Amino acid sequence: MKWFSGQPYRWPNNMLQVISVLLENKPGALMRVTGLLSARGYNIESLTVARTIDPDLSRMSIVVDVDDRLRAQVIKQMNKLVNVLQATDLTEAPAVCREMILLRVRAPMDKRSAIIKEAEIFGARVVDSSLDGFVIEATGDPEKLDEFLDVMQSYGNMEYTRSGSIAVSLEARKLRLQPPVPVAGVQAESAEEEMDGVLNG
Amino acid sequence: MSNLMNGAPNLMNGAKMLLECLAREGVDCFFGYPGGVTLPFYDALYDHAIKHVLVRHEENACFAASGYARATGKVGVCCATSGPGATNLVTGLVDSLMDSIPIVAITGQVSTKLIGSDAFQEADTFGITRSCTKHNYLVKNIAELPQIIHEAFYLASSGRPGPVLVDIPKDVFQAQGHYEPVDQIHLRGYRVTADGHTGQIRRAAQMIWEAERPMIYAGGGVIASGAEPELRELVERVDAPAVCTLMGLGGLPADHPNFISMPGMHGSYAANMGLTGCDLLIALGVRFDDRVTGRLAAFAPNARVIHVDIDPAEVSKNRQADIPIVGDAKRVLQKLNKLLAELEPTARNQSSAGKRAWWKQIREWKDEHPYDRAHSDDEIKPQHLMTEIDRLSGGEAIVATDVGQHQMWAAQLIRFHHSRLWINSGGLGAMGFGLPAAIGAQFARPDKLVFAIVGDGGFQMSIPELATLAAYQLPVKIVVMNNGYLGMVRQWQELFYNNRLSQVKLDCFPDVEKLAGAYGFRGSTVERPGELAGALEAAVREPGPYLLNVKVSPLENVYPMVPAGGAINEMVLGAAVPVAQ
Repeated sequence: MKWFSGQPYRWPNNMLQVISVLLENKPGALMRVTGLLSARGYNIESLTVARTIDPDLSRMSIVVDVDDRLRAQVIKQMNKLVNVLQATDLTEAPAVCREMILLRVRAPMDKRSAIIKEAEIFGARVVDSSLDGFVIEATGDPEKLDEFLDVMQSYGNMEYTRSGSIAVSLEARKLRLQPPVPVAGVQAESAEEEMDGVLNG
Repeated sequence: MSNLMNGAPNLMNGAKMLLECLAREGVDCFFGYPGGVTLPFYDALYDHAIKHVLVRHEENACFAASGYARATGKVGVCCATSGPGATNLVTGLVDSLMDSIPIVAITGQVSTKLIGSDAFQEADTFGITRSCTKHNYLVKNIAELPQIIHEAFYLASSGRPGPVLVDIPKDVFQAQGHYEPVDQIHLRGYRVTADGHTGQIRRAAQMIWEAERPMIYAGGGVIASGAEPELRELVERVDAPAVCTLMGLGGLPADHPNFISMPGMHGSYAANMGLTGCDLLIALGVRFDDRVTGRLAAFAPNARVIHVDIDPAEVSKNRQADIPIVGDAKRVLQKLNKLLAELEPTARNQSSAGKRAWWKQIREWKDEHPYDRAHSDDEIKPQHLMTEIDRLSGGEAIVATDVGQHQMWAAQLIRFHHSRLWINSGGLGAMGFGLPAAIGAQFARPDKLVFAIVGDGGFQMSIPELATLAAYQLPVKIVVMNNGYLGMVRQWQELFYNNRLSQVKLDCFPDVEKLAGAYGFRGSTVERPGELAGALEAAVREPGPYLLNVKVSPLENVYPMVPAGGAINEMVLGAAVPVAQ
C-alpha cells in the first residue's frame, strides 16, 4: 500500500464561507446547485450532502471562496432552483461547523503509545489497529483538524480523508414552502416574507 | 377524451398520455421534427387532433415555439428526437431562458435500459440542458409522466417564465399505463412572489410624488405579466417620461406622448439623456442589462431606484435598488396606481414646477437628436426601408427580426402600438431567429401581417425554413436587409479595429427570385429607392409567402451608439467623416 507523503493541505480559513442548502433528494439536484458555482468559475472547497429526517430531502453544506456580493447573488440563484427549499449563508451567521478526518498513520512499536496519547489530546480515537499502524478518527472544527494533521505528520507518512465541513445554523429559520396549486392555474402567495430577505440581504 | 369523463381506468401508452396532457394544457399547435426514439410519439400523433408543424431543423422548432409564445403569451411547445435533435434545441432554449419566454421542449431519449451505454443517437440531454432551462426533467417511468408534463407547463409559465425541457425515453413512450388526469401540482421548493410588499409599494408611491425628474424604465417583465394597461395608467397619472427596453417595446404604445423610445447602446438620445438626468428611476420588469446601462457606475447616477421584478435574484443584481419590490409587475402596478391615486390630492403639486422643467428638457432632447432617418435618391438607406415598413405596418404588424444592424434600425424606427408585435432575440442575440420566429408568430396569429426582417447573414442561417413557409403557405413577408456584410460586426471593425474588415463580407448571396421560385413562391430584389415602396406593397398584397431582397447601402452605421464600456450619455451620434472603403 502506498503511503501519502507531503504537507497536509491547509485551507485559507479566514477566507472561506459556508452555504447551507436544503434540497429535494432527486437526481440532478446536486448538479443544479454546484452548477451555479462552476458556471461562474468558482471552485468548491468542500461539499457534503446527506439525507435529512425527511427522506425526500437532503442537507448540503458547501464551503466556497466567493466574494460577498457574488455569494449573495449565487445564493439567490440557488433559492430559485425548483429542487431547493432553502439556501442560506452561514458565513456571518451564528453556526457550528465541524469536520471529520479518517487518518491512517504508520505506527512502529516504539511510537504507538505516543500516537495514541496525541490522538486523545485532540479527542480523536483509534478505530483500527494493525501491525503497520492505526486508523484514527478525529472530529472538530477544520482549524483544529489542521493542527491535528500537523502533529500526526511528525510521526511519519500518513494518508487521510477529510469529510468536508458540515454546518448547522444556531438560529431557527422559517421555511417557506409553496402550497399545492391546481393544474393550469397559477397561484402565488403573499410577498411580505420574501421582501424581508431582500431588504436584509 | 370521452371515456376519461366517466372515470374508467384509461389504459394507453406514454405517447398517447403525453398528447392527452398537452391537450389538457390547451396546446393547439406545436413545432417539431421526428426521429428514431420519438417514433411512438409521432405514431400516436398520427390520429390526434393537435396540430404539429413540421419544421426543417430542430433549432427552428424551438425558435418557432418562441415566436408563438412571444406573440401570444401562451406556452410554446417544441419537440425533437434524442441526440442531435436535442442538442440542436440548445440555442433556442438559451434564447428563451435569456428573454424569459415560456417554452416546453419535449425530447426523445434512448430507452431507459440503454441510457449511459453510448447508444445510437444518445446524448445526455438532461445534463446538457440543465443550464439552458429554468428546469428540466428526465422521465424514468410512465407513472410520473402526467405529473411532470403539468409541472413543466406550470414552471414555464409562472413566476419568471422560461423554458422547461422534458426528456422522455422511448420505452416510456411505449409503456402502457392508466392515465389519470392530474389536478394538482406541488413543488414545495418553487416559490412565486407575485403580490409585492404593500409597505414597500407605499414608500414607492411617496417617492414617486416627491420626484421632480422621474423616469419610467419598462421592460419585458411588463409584457410577460400583461401589465400594459397598468403601465399606461402609471405613466399618465404621474405624467412621467417612459422608455421601453428592446424587450419591452410595445409595452407602451409607440405614439404615446410620454414614450421616448428605447434606451441603451443604440437607444434614442432623449432616452439615454433622460436616464442619465433623472432623479427617480422606476424600473419595471427589467434587469439592468449591460446593453441598456452602458458603464454601470455612470448609469442614472443621480437617481434613486425603485425596482419591481418577479425574480428576487434580479433585484439589486446590477444596480442597488432604494426600494426593491419583488412581485408581478401587473399586481404591483395595480397596488401602486391605487396608492398614487390616494396620495395624489396632497402630493401632486409638491414637485410640479420641477416636473415642468424636466419635461421641457426631455422635449429639447427629443427635438435635438431624433433618430437618424437617412434618405438617399441613389441607394436605399436601411432607415428608409424601416420607415417604409413602419408605414405599411401602421403600428399593427408583427415584426420578427434577427440580430444586428437591421434589428436596431427596426427597433428604432418601426412603431408598435401594442405589445407582442415586436419579436426578437434580445438577450442571447441569436442569428437565424427571425424567420422561424415569424413562422411561429404567424401560426399563433393567422389574422396578422407578419414581417420577418432579417439581415443577409441571419437569413442564410434560416433558409431551410423556406420549405416550411411553402408547405404551409404561410403569408410571412421576408424582408432581407441586404448590405452584403455582417453589418454590425463590420460597424465595430470600422469604428474600433481601424476598418480592418475581417471575414464580414458575405459574397454569393443567392438570386432570391430563383430561390423563392425553387420553393414555389415569389421573390424579388429591389435596389432603387423609388421602387422600394411599391415592392413592399406588392409583397404585402401577395396572398402567400414573399421573399423581398432589399439591397441597401452597404456601409451605413447604426447611430446613436454607445461604445462598449461607455456611459450612455456619451453617445456617438453619427460618423464625423464618411468612411470610404
